[in-house]
Amino acid sequence: MKIGIPKEILPGEKRVATTPKTARRLSKQGFTVLVESGAGIEASFTDDAYREAGCEVIDNVADLYAQSDIIAKVRPPAYHEAAGCEEVQLLKEGATLISFIWPAENESLVQMLKEQKANAIAMDAIPRISRAQKLDALSSMSNISGYRAVIEAANNFGRFFTGQITAAGKVPPAKVLVIGAGVAGLASIGAANAMGAIVRAFDTRPAVKEQVESMGAEFLEVEFEEDGDGGGGYAKVMSPEFIAAEMDLFAEQAEDIDIVITTALIPGRPAPKLWLMRHVDLMKPGSVIVDLAAERGGNCEATVPNEVAHHNGVTIVGLTDLPSRMASVASELYGNNIAHLLDDMGKAEAYKIDLEDEVVRGALITLEGEVMWPPPKPDKPTVQDGGAKKEAPKEAPPPLKEPEKKQSNPMWLVLAGLMLLGIGLKAPESFLTHFTVFVLAIFVGYQIIWNVSAALHTPLMSVTNAISGIIIIGGMLQVSGAEVGAPAILGAAAIFVATINIAGGFLVTHRMLNMFRK
Amino acid sequence: MNGLITVAYITASILFIFSLGGLSNQENARRGNLMGGLGMLIALIATAAQPDVTGYGLLVVAVVPGAIVGAMLAARVAMTSMPELVAVLHSFVGLAAVLVGVANYLEPTAVQPGEETIHAIEVYIGVFVGAITFTGSVLAYLKLKGSVSGKPLMLPSRHAINIGMVLACVYLGYDFVANGHGTGHPGLTPLIIMTVIAGVIGLHMVAAIGGADMPVVVSMLNSYSGWAASAAGFMLGNDLLIITGALVGSSGAILSYIMCKAMNRSFISVILGGFGTEAGKGPAKAKGEPQGEATSVEVGDVVEMLNNAKSIIIIPGYGMAVAQAQHSLAEVVKLLRGKKKEVRFGIHPVAGRLPGHMNVLLAEAKVPYDIVLEMDELNDDFPETELVMVIGANDIVNPDAEDDPASPIAGMPVLQCWKAEQTIVMKRSMGSGYAGVQNPLFFKDNNDMLFGDAKTNVDAILAKLRE
Repeated sequence: MKIGIPKEILPGEKRVATTPKTARRLSKQGFTVLVESGAGIEASFTDDAYREAGCEVIDNVADLYAQSDIIAKVRPPAYHEAAGCEEVQLLKEGATLISFIWPAENESLVQMLKEQKANAIAMDAIPRISRAQKLDALSSMSNISGYRAVIEAANNFGRFFTGQITAAGKVPPAKVLVIGAGVAGLASIGAANAMGAIVRAFDTRPAVKEQVESMGAEFLEVEFEEDGDGGGGYAKVMSPEFIAAEMDLFAEQAEDIDIVITTALIPGRPAPKLWLMRHVDLMKPGSVIVDLAAERGGNCEATVPNEVAHHNGVTIVGLTDLPSRMASVASELYGNNIAHLLDDMGKAEAYKIDLEDEVVRGALITLEGEVMWPPPKPDKPTVQDGGAKKEAPKEAPPPLKEPEKKQSNPMWLVLAGLMLLGIGLKAPESFLTHFTVFVLAIFVGYQIIWNVSAALHTPLMSVTNAISGIIIIGGMLQVSGAEVGAPAILGAAAIFVATINIAGGFLVTHRMLNMFRK
Repeated sequence: MNGLITVAYITASILFIFSLGGLSNQENARRGNLMGGLGMLIALIATAAQPDVTGYGLLVVAVVPGAIVGAMLAARVAMTSMPELVAVLHSFVGLAAVLVGVANYLEPTAVQPGEETIHAIEVYIGVFVGAITFTGSVLAYLKLKGSVSGKPLMLPSRHAINIGMVLACVYLGYDFVANGHGTGHPGLTPLIIMTVIAGVIGLHMVAAIGGADMPVVVSMLNSYSGWAASAAGFMLGNDLLIITGALVGSSGAILSYIMCKAMNRSFISVILGGFGTEAGKGPAKAKGEPQGEATSVEVGDVVEMLNNAKSIIIIPGYGMAVAQAQHSLAEVVKLLRGKKKEVRFGIHPVAGRLPGHMNVLLAEAKVPYDIVLEMDELNDDFPETELVMVIGANDIVNPDAEDDPASPIAGMPVLQCWKAEQTIVMKRSMGSGYAGVQNPLFFKDNNDMLFGDAKTNVDAILAKLRE
């Protein structure tokens, strides 16, 4: 089986679908790797490096396509100037194309693939379930975008990220706000935090709070209860009330922060507008906005896709080629994603497009002249199930706790209330005085006992034993009758046992406490 | 004079509160205990100086031997026998409460006219609680000592018996309060019958609870002894007794709560008893079959593992106390720490037969208290730990408590030692623990068993380590 790696034709695209390192992986799986001459040069991989890795380098792109059973590339196929035709038309019959396709937006491309009778697998349609994480190119590319977003921000920002106290004066640290804590958002948080900035993050899904905090950012919250989890690791569209509260929060933040990185995407919709003109106007001159959603219209109203724009002294970075700007690592990770995918599909000898495999089925766009996308409904629940699994353990604990509290509280309150009422109505006054003392003492006891270290519970028991020997007072009051009768004898016996308690309790406590040494 | 006594009582109360507050950490604990003693002394002197206390002869006759007996008990008791001592001391408080109550009925002090009814109720409740505490503690003592089998006693329809006895006490109480006063003490008969019945309730209640539930029972009796003292305070109109009783009562109640929490069981279910016989049978039988092969190792292998590991956590259980292995273990720990290894102890709240029992045993063996940690303090550290040694513990390290919702111990917080790289369980046999459930930890790949008596094995480890 031969895998062809053509050079990317989109201007500015520096990535390549396989690097020499990942080509070795593919060879191990039994594939022969054909590389178009110069395919990796923009990502710093020379033809010689590919040859060393055992690849065959082919000069003519038409030859490459004609020989390959599988074509792996990064960008969706487009019109090839040099070859003078569509890339899709270069595919030989029955060949498989693996690349980003974005079938929802590229209907004509899907039609073309169908007519060409090609099999197409979209890397962007890989179901986001745990098993498929290692071949999830969206995640690996988002991770790079997130990191690069911080670098672009730093590049356009006139100050340090970290605060410094130098001989020449003090520099405050940069304050970064990351909106949307998906893969890209978390990568941004990590990178900005590592550079020393103060990082805050916002997301409509409360479940990601922990992840945000684990990356070292402060999680901002809107005072409004609504879970924005739309399944599959994405957020859903929020209610107007929530959005209003969110906008107010952003307005508050806009005055304070130096850098905003927006990463909010909702599947199948244009990017939500989260950073409005009024927010941009509130920002200090010199501030930077990096809009990772630029390709889908942008989260910021001032964003110009593919450009670095300026508005009132604020720089708005709308670049859409961030992964391509780190072509070497991006190619490496993308190549790994592809190698994992082909591994899952049975390697070279058992290679097969298995419709039973939910990962392959989910990503399959066309098969032998038929459009297979979107995948049939029955597959969906399993897909969503996989997405929900990640969240499940986090959501489980709270419901467990609540019923417990609710069960015990009202009943005991009512009982205690009734008892107090009864005592208040019936009991004589002198009893009530003592009762007051009694209740207060219980509360004092309650407060101090909770502070007792668990390691000292045994000494606690023995010392309470000792002081409950105070019942000796009862005995003492009884022995003092006029004559020595039954009550006095009983009292004396009480004194005897209570004294054992007092002496024994205090002494053994003392002995025990003396043992506790550092 | 009365003013002075009141002031003395207030001082004593405050000193008692400080004494309990001092136990919040090891540094202040000793001073706290001294304060408690001082408070007691002040209270006694003030009471003795009271004009209506005159029977000094009897007082001395009773106090001196009592003090001697108490001091001897305290000096001689082995730390492994602390649960027994605590139980027997509880029984004394209960007995004293009964005696004071009966004596007070025979010769009431400080009863205002028109308050006979409430006073009678106070006497009755004081004697009732005292009697339960007394017999319950005596039986708990015998069980802990091993004179009586620790197995729970399961009488048929035992709940009905308990309810019947309580109802009888209520009826007798009505009789006592309504017809009790007057010449010739007509209430004495119902009072004494009730005392006997309450005694039986105490016995029956403790009889139904066994083995590892003893920490709850002992804490509960601790609480009862406090309430008994409080009741005595009410009948004598003495605020110091009320305060002290309330302090002790709430202390015991909190301890019981903590113990129940640590076993994930409700207080009621522990008191109703029968754990490990009823709940254990159904699922335990099915699960009781061995789930795999447990690998057994020799002392030499354990020593090698100890030598290779940098971070070690030791989890002691009741088995260590029974075998008296703590002193040798402390030596082992000292040697390992000398080799710059991180050695810590992980204590489960219900390990042993008394709250905090393991801490006292380890303290006795001179293990520094700052390496003895609570479950919550080190449960997160297991994944980074290389070696865990479990000595004579079983249920508190059972992964089923977290993994198997059908297990009788499901939901009980446990020490997650299986997350460490390697565990060694030292046990006498493959027998199941108190809860009667099989422990899948034993069959895990990263677990080895070292069979035999804990003391013998730890001694052997110590000898090999010294070589």
